Order: sequence, then structure tokens, then C-alpha cells
Amino acid sequence: MKKSKSTEKKNKSNDVGLKGLPFLLGGLFIILWQLAVDILKIQPYILPGPVDVMKALYKERILLLSHTIVTLSEALIGFGIAVVLGVVLGILMGYYNIIRRMFYPLFVISQTIPLIVLTPLFAIWFGFGLLPKVLIIILGCFFPITVAFTQSLLKTDEDMDELLSVMGASRWKSFLLVRIPQALPGLFAGLRIAVTYSIMGAVISEWVGAQKGLGIYMTRAMTSFKTAVLFADVLIIVLLSMGLYKLVEIIERKITKNIIY
Amino acid sequence: MNKIIEITQLNKVYYGPEDREREGLGVLSDINMRVDDNEFVSLLGPSGCGKSTLLKLIAGLDNDYEGSISLRGKNPKNTRIPVCYMLQKDCLIPWRTMISNILLPIEIRKGNIKTAKENLKSLIAEFGLAGFENYRPSQLSGGMRQRAALLRTYLMDGEIMLLDEPFGALDEITRMQMQDWLISVWEKHRKTVLFVTHDIDEAIYLSDRVIAMSNIPGTIVGEICIDFKRPRTRDMLLCTQFNEYKRSLMGLLTND
Ligand SMILES: Nc1ncnc2c1ncn2[C@@H]1O[C@H](COP(=O)(O)OP(=O)(O)OP(=O)(O)O)[C@@H](O)[C@H]1O
Ligand SMILES: [Mg+2]
Repeated sequence: MKKSKSTEKKNKSNDVGLKGLPFLLGGLFIILWQLAVDILKIQPYILPGPVDVMKALYKERILLLSHTIVTLSEALIGFGIAVVLGVVLGILMGYYNIIRRMFYPLFVISQTIPLIVLTPLFAIWFGFGLLPKVLIIILGCFFPITVAFTQSLLKTDEDMDELLSVMGASRWKSFLLVRIPQALPGLFAGLRIAVTYSIMGAVISEWVGAQKGLGIYMTRAMTSFKTAVLFADVLIIVLLSMGLYKLVEIIERKITKNIIY
Repeated sequence: MNKIIEITQLNKVYYGPEDREREGLGVLSDINMRVDDNEFVSLLGPSGCGKSTLLKLIAGLDNDYEGSISLRGKNPKNTRIPVCYMLQKDCLIPWRTMISNILLPIEIRKGNIKTAKENLKSLIAEFGLAGFENYRPSQLSGGMRQRAALLRTYLMDGEIMLLDEPFGALDEITRMQMQDWLISVWEKHRKTVLFVTHDIDEAIYLSDRVIAMSNIPGTIVGEICIDFKRPRTRDMLLCTQFNEYKRSLMGLLTND
């Protein structure tokens, strides 16, 4: 305990020094990029400079926003369902060994099928609407959630379990009292991975066919050589993923704080 | 005196994962002992002689043994008999505050937390924990954690306290303070205690009776009644009678 605390402190003081570094490097990269484009006179349809990208972002803002809303809602719906699914499956597989033995291998197999293969297939089966996209996102997201949660639920403290059973707690009661709270950090690790998959899943499934969304807009920009718009599109995707990641972190902090009563 | 625990001809063998058919590891052999109401009895023996195993069997956590254990005439194999049990580790839940750790047994038996909290105030003061109710275990000192675990054990609804080396992990000074404190609290409440230790001085200082166990497979090699009057004082550890007790216990423990 003591040891981990002191290392934590150490990390914190290092963090302050390191925090600015990614921004500094990023800023440097952007400047170099702009200089390279200007000096080497690279055609904007091959590589637009940061200024071109920002201009495109501003010019197309209304269109981009409407596409963003579509992609974001697909991602959120898919991710939401995947969270519920992952938590329920995790609890079932963490509590019942039989269920875990039966289904765990199936889940692993389901992950070996590349999503890129499933997207056109789902488009054939379910059309170009919301459903195939949500399905792809669920498929991509539920697995990291389920695995991370199940694995952390399996960590047992035999002494604690024995003490609780002497107190008269049922297996389920001690599962609720100790196992689930203790597995929450693991669950959130899975959620953080999954949430970045959600936007990616939405974009990939839109490539195959969609009326609206950042993915389909991206392919349109590409085919009409509006490379700056493509970059703007990618920028939004990156920002969305980062935002959702941050959101999960905030929720995690809220929940783990509430658990301490 | 009414007997509260009676153990006769108890044998316990642990089987490793692969040797079901083979001999296994004999941990306890032919244990016979009893504990009476309001007695403080210590189980004294070298590390690994099966003391924790014996407590586990009494607590009803393991039914795989020969012989008989009876708690108030009932067999813990067949029914759950409530006991107050404290493991070698404090087993405090790290994300709970001290008070909600202590209230855990009441929470599990669905008692009224609010009234329990009210009634607990004087006990918390007595256990030297007042003012720290909302601290997390990691924010408490080793001695406080141990006292919190003891208080939680006390609130479990058994007639007997099974304490497995509660002070084993503490430094010498804290350990002495905890012994003094435990003995004063115990002399007030007189709840029956079966106390596991491998510290001879501790056993003599605290107990009415000390049961000595041999190396593995653990057997009972003898027992000594400690006739010091209560309340006990540290001075008793310096008198000749104490050395007599210590000599005979050391004799028992080194006999094999
Ligand atoms: N679950 C188990 N399976 C197999 N062997 C076990 C198990 N638990 C304990 N043992 C063995 O039983 C013996 C006695 O263990 P026990 O924990 O009862 O000793 P102890 O007297 O409490 O020792 P200490 O004073 O170090 O706590 C040890 O040799 C240990 O390896
Ligand atoms: Mg032990």
C-alpha cells in the first residue's frame, strides 16, 4: 500500500512535466506539416496543409455536423447496447462456471471473423439503414467489455469469501458485496477500449453503404479529390473518439467515487 | 462450567490436486479439546502445525475431516452455527469506510444498520476507533485495522470468538499495546475466545488456559492453566510464576 502510494506521487510530479509534451510535439508537427506543404508546393488534393483542412472544416461545417450526428448516434446506440450486453454476459459468465465454459469459446471465435468481411454481408441482409451499423458496432464493442469484466470477476479472494460465508452471506451476496465492486476497474478498462471501437465500427460500416454519416462522406470526399474535406472528416472522427474516451473516464470516476460509502 | 466447544478424535488430511488416491498431508491428528463458557483459551504451536486449519474446521468452512466437532452440542457439519471468526488477514474491504466495514455482519444478516450505528458509538470508542469512522482501511494504521477487524468480528452473532493470530502481523510495540487493550476489553465482556498464536508470552499473558500443539501433523501435546488473577498486568510477565509457565510450555513445544 505504502509503496504504491509513493510511486503514485512520483508519477504525478512527472506528469506535470510530461503533460505539455504531447501538445508541444503536436504543435511542432503541425507547423512542420504546413511549412512542408508551402515550401515543396504540394498540390492540395495530394496533401492539404493544416490551414486548408481548417478552411474545409469551416466551409463544410453544416454538412459535416449533420453527418457527425448520424455517425455519433449510431456509435452511441451500438455502444450502449454493447455495454448492457457485456455487463450482463460478464456477470453471467463470472458467476456461473458452466455458462462461461459454454459460451466463452464461441465469443472468441466470433472475434476471429474480421468485421470488414461482415459489413458487406450485413448490408446485404439488413440493408443500408441503422440496423447493420449498430450490429457491427455491437459485435466490435461487446467483446472487450465482456472479456475484461469476466476476467476481473474471476479474481477471487478465498479468505474474504470464507469470512463472508461465516457471516452467513450467500454466494450471490458475496458476489455483489465484493466481486462486482472489485471488478469495476476491469470493466472500465474494457469500456475504454470498446468506446474507441464504436466510432471506428460506425465509419467502417458506413463505407459499405449509407445515406449519411462521416464514413460515407469520407468516401465521397475521396472520390471527388476533396482531400482537405477528407482530412476534416478524419479530424472529427479522432475528436469524437477522444471525447467519448474522456466521457467514459469521467463516468468511471463518478461511479468509483460513489462506491466508496 | 458449560462446554461450548468439544472436539474429539479429530483427524484432518489435506489432499493435493493430484494425490486423491495417495496418502495426502496429515495436518491434524487425534485432536481432543474443549473450551468452556467465558474462557480465554490459546492454541499455541509452531508455524504450519495446523492451527488455522483447526479454526477453519470449527467455523464450519471445511467438512472434510474425521472425528467430531460440536458447538453447543451441535455439529457444524450439518447446520451453520454462527461463530465470530477472524482470519490471519484483516480482510477489510478496501473501498468501504471503517464504519461500513464494521457493520458488514449486521448488513449481511439484514439487521437495522441505523440503530446498530447508534449502539456502536461506545464500542467504537472502546476499540480506540472514534473519529476514524469514515476513513478507508488504507488510511488506518496497522493496529487500528486490526482493532476494526476485531470489532467487526465481535459484531458477528456467534457465542464464541475464533481469533487467528490477530496480532501476528504487527510490530512488537503495537503488539504489546494491542495485547493490553484486548485483555482489558475482554475482562469487561468475557466473551469466550479461542485464540491462535505462536507467541508464548502472548499466550500466557492473555489466557486462562494454553493448549500446546506439536509440529505437523498437529497434535495436542499438553495444556497449562494460567492461574494469574484478573485483571492481568504487565508485571505478571516478570514474576517467577510466569517463567515456570514459560518453561513448561517450551518443554512441551520442543519435546519432539
Ligand atoms: N487448502 C489447503 N490445501 C492443502 N494444504 C493446506 C491447505 N491449507 C493449509 N494446508 C497445509 O496445512 C498445513 C497447516 O496449515 P495451517 O495454515 O493450518 O498452519 P498454521 O498452524 O496456521 O501456521 P501459521 O502459524 O504459519 O499460520 C500447512 O502445511 C499447509 O501447507
Ligand atoms: Mg495460520
